[in-house]
Amino acid sequence: MSEKKEYKVIGTRPIRHDGVDKVTGRALYGADFQIAGLLHGRVLRSPHAHARIVSIDTSRAEAYPGVKGIVTAQDLPDPADKVADLGEGAVNLKYLCDNILARDKVLYKGHAVAAVAATSPHIAEEACTLIDVAYEVLPPVLEVRQAMEPDAPLLHENLKTTSLGETADEPSNVASHLQYKKGAPEKGFAEADVVIEREFVTGTVHQGYIEPHNATALYNPDGHLTIWCSTQGAFTVREQVAEILQYPISKIKVVPMEIGGGFGGKISVYIKPVAALLAMKTGKPVKVLMNRTDVFEGTGPTPASYIRVKMGATKAGKVTAAEAYLAFEAGAYPGSPVGPGAMCIFAPYNIENVLIDGYDVVVNKPKTAPYRAPGATNAAFGSETILDELAERLEIDPLEIRLMNGAKEGDRRADGPIYPRIGYIETVEAAKQHPHYAAPNGKKHHGRGVASGFWFNIGLESSVTINVNVDGTINLVEGSTDIGGTRASIAMQAAEVLGIPAESVNPSVVDTNSVGYTAVTGGSRTTYATGYAAYEAAQDVKRQMIARAAKLWEVDEANVQFADGEFSCINGKEEQISFRDLCARLGETGGPVVGSGTVNPGGAGGAFATHVVDVEVDEETGKVEILRYTATQDAGKAIHPSYVEGQIQGGVVQGIGWALNEEYIYDAEGTMTNASFLDYRMPTCLDLPMIDTVIVEVPNPGHPYGVRGVGEVPIIPPPAAIANAIYDAVGIRMTELPMSPERLLKAIGTI
Amino acid sequence: MKSFEFFEPTTLAEASRMFTQEHAQLLAGGTDLIIGMKAYTETPQAVISLQKIPGLAGIATDADNGITIGAMTKAREVELSEDIQQHHTALAEGAAEIGSIQIRNLATIGGNIAHASPAADTVAGLLVADAQVDIASAGGERTVPIEALFTGPGQTVLAPGEIITAFRLPRATAGSHYIKHKIREVMDLAFIGVAAAVDMDDATITDARIGLAAVAPTPIRAIEAENLLKGNSLSDVLLAEAGEAAAAACSPISDLRCSAEHRRQMVDVLTRRTVQEAVARA
Repeated sequence: MSEKKEYKVIGTRPIRHDGVDKVTGRALYGADFQIAGLLHGRVLRSPHAHARIVSIDTSRAEAYPGVKGIVTAQDLPDPADKVADLGEGAVNLKYLCDNILARDKVLYKGHAVAAVAATSPHIAEEACTLIDVAYEVLPPVLEVRQAMEPDAPLLHENLKTTSLGETADEPSNVASHLQYKKGAPEKGFAEADVVIEREFVTGTVHQGYIEPHNATALYNPDGHLTIWCSTQGAFTVREQVAEILQYPISKIKVVPMEIGGGFGGKISVYIKPVAALLAMKTGKPVKVLMNRTDVFEGTGPTPASYIRVKMGATKAGKVTAAEAYLAFEAGAYPGSPVGPGAMCIFAPYNIENVLIDGYDVVVNKPKTAPYRAPGATNAAFGSETILDELAERLEIDPLEIRLMNGAKEGDRRADGPIYPRIGYIETVEAAKQHPHYAAPNGKKHHGRGVASGFWFNIGLESSVTINVNVDGTINLVEGSTDIGGTRASIAMQAAEVLGIPAESVNPSVVDTNSVGYTAVTGGSRTTYATGYAAYEAAQDVKRQMIARAAKLWEVDEANVQFADGEFSCINGKEEQISFRDLCARLGETGGPVVGSGTVNPGGAGGAFATHVVDVEVDEETGKVEILRYTATQDAGKAIHPSYVEGQIQGGVVQGIGWALNEEYIYDAEGTMTNASFLDYRMPTCLDLPMIDTVIVEVPNPGHPYGVRGVGEVPIIPPPAAIANAIYDAVGIRMTELPMSPERLLKAIGTI
Repeated sequence: MKSFEFFEPTTLAEASRMFTQEHAQLLAGGTDLIIGMKAYTETPQAVISLQKIPGLAGIATDADNGITIGAMTKAREVELSEDIQQHHTALAEGAAEIGSIQIRNLATIGGNIAHASPAADTVAGLLVADAQVDIASAGGERTVPIEALFTGPGQTVLAPGEIITAFRLPRATAGSHYIKHKIREVMDLAFIGVAAAVDMDDATITDARIGLAAVAPTPIRAIEAENLLKGNSLSDVLLAEAGEAAAAACSPISDLRCSAEHRRQMVDVLTRRTVQEAVARA
């Protein structure tokens, strides 16, 4: 893949296909959905962080005028009945179901316990206040280290730690322990001249997508269930709803509406099965909307964590050993992203001796959900800060130490995989050569920091169908929710194959009955995998079109060549026809052409990023201002550079929010006291400078155009880079996120 | 939102009579009330809009540079008023800190004050402008100085049926400044707010007023600090003393936004910074 390829469409910046719809406000989101006879649903949520449900009495609410139906966990299939069918799976099913509507216990403030369908949203809301739930309040466990204590209150009486394949005898809040080991860490540390070890704590943060969750369900008497909703993956909604309701997939149709952000938080279902239950119970379509408080309290944030990192290096700067202890809060049910955190923590470096232990721990907070490179940001905050300190102690430039230890093709990651061609070194070089890194940085209280990040990216299944139109355009049908401009980036890959402009492709994201199985928009996979499927579908179209040209010219298919949007005859006859003109002759040559492509590619190709940030610290107020930010990233091949830049900038902004201000603030009873965008402070565009981006292109051998996923990795470096910049500015190592003004002042010692 | 009755009176007297009933709330811009109603923290049975009553909005400047601001004047109008920007800069800056432009196009200065949040963005500016608050009811009219209006968080001296009609700023100040301690540039609440206004005779501070928001159950003046400044010229020592005195004057709470300790420390820092800037502007 060394030669530079010339592309016509790829690498250009066409206007996105859904752009006009979105800027004119015409795009239809889930909350916009209307249908005759619509009822409105509202979920009653637990006021307690940990309590046993003694009884639920819905009679007063049922009698309230306008109320049409009420559901509780009693309306869900009882997973206890499924043990015979599902074995171990029944436990997971119980967790899944209990998170939708609590059965025996509520495990976090905001946990759903019942839902009402009524003729207006206000009546539904009012009726919720008339449902009498008797709780036996239990002490909550709100922090990972506290939850790991042997005498901590238990969330699940039957949860026993699975440690490296063995299950413990006694119940615990520790769901699992994983370990990755490479080489001989003790020997590695013995070889080191400098060893640094520190503890880190990170807060619970939310994805903060602007659009709250929504779902409208319609149940037909023939048993067909339709759900219109905002989701990162219509097919995963179908799977989860089928699982939770124990209902056949073939009878569920999920229609994805436009999505107002997800960042991983719109993969798990919450109100979708509830809307379905209410629709089944009332026989009417039911719409359920969350408000912002519901979103904060009732959907998955990304975990708070406690992390210990130890790294050692020789005087020359060679990192000889690294150890990490990662304890992640899973929330109410097992399943934190401690695994990905463990996979990513030392991944940018080729370190001979590594030991990583990860713990998945339940606490009385909402069950965590993915958030952009889940787990990796927490982990990198530790490792990238320690590496900075090593560089400082060894008097080596922080980018230089990264170059000296940077991972390359053929190196093995601690969790096993051997890297194919990767572009980590190139991102560090790009940062080093950027004018930002050479700019003066000597002012008092100004500081510069750098950090790197890795995200492995995923492949998974995607399907694309292409219908060729007689006017030379194509309709591209796909199942990937378009969050960040993927209609364009997918369409462009098909356009490149067929030699037509991006504007000649009409991409549609369709429902689960109308396209082949497609996995979620997540794992930075969409431009990679669904783009790959579009490439394959376009190749299918190309093959069929070649056959049509051959038929037209009465020659063998082998004699037809296709290049630059033109079919030509290479043997004998002097024939030529453009893609467009051939499209007009499909009828006479055998009928319409429909191409299809399905993939489940294995070579997603990891993504690396290196960031440089300048900050100014106000030593009197503790406020940190971001003065300049430069992010370099290996995109493999940037299909639409604007959207790659947008992904990088968006990730950086979220990382900055996480670094400086965002966190769930809990009181002693386990109530989140800042469950609104007023007091959960995400940065606005006025809080930040323009984020400079540098796209590095080291093609991914696992994709026809070399694409690597780009969406997630840019969120990883910011907290560590900013912590390193704060250190450079005021000489204080921050080890707790967020690095809020008061926390920073305390560390500086002015409070 | 609980169901409620909605009224749109066209005279103050009518509004005042309606407002004497229990569980009634006045609607000015609605940017606090409606949010509270949606969150069930406000559950009025009657909502009385002031929007159809003529004469409650607008900014008027008299010959002596005294300024009257109608209670229904939008925050955005206060922010953009050239007279207020010139003579009461701290108030214009405070108005400009409320929410976003969209919110300021709805929110009124009367509502910002009548809501009686100790953190209201216009209150510190009104305090240092020595604002007088005109109040009307079916029974008559009265005027109270702004610092006497508040009795606690969300509490005022307003009796049932009494409605704020205007704020009168009696005279121009030579230089003033407002600093809001916040996390975000926009769309944020004041962790604390500090305004300072000074009049100068050459390098001597002849009069000084310091208003503090979100550091006590009500907005307050830092009288000790003001007295330290009066009759003196600015120095680092004087600033430090004034900052300490202002910090000593407050009785902040700890909440999710920050601790009492942090608030007190910020009062010190920001008093120094606002006074310095106010003097520079005078």
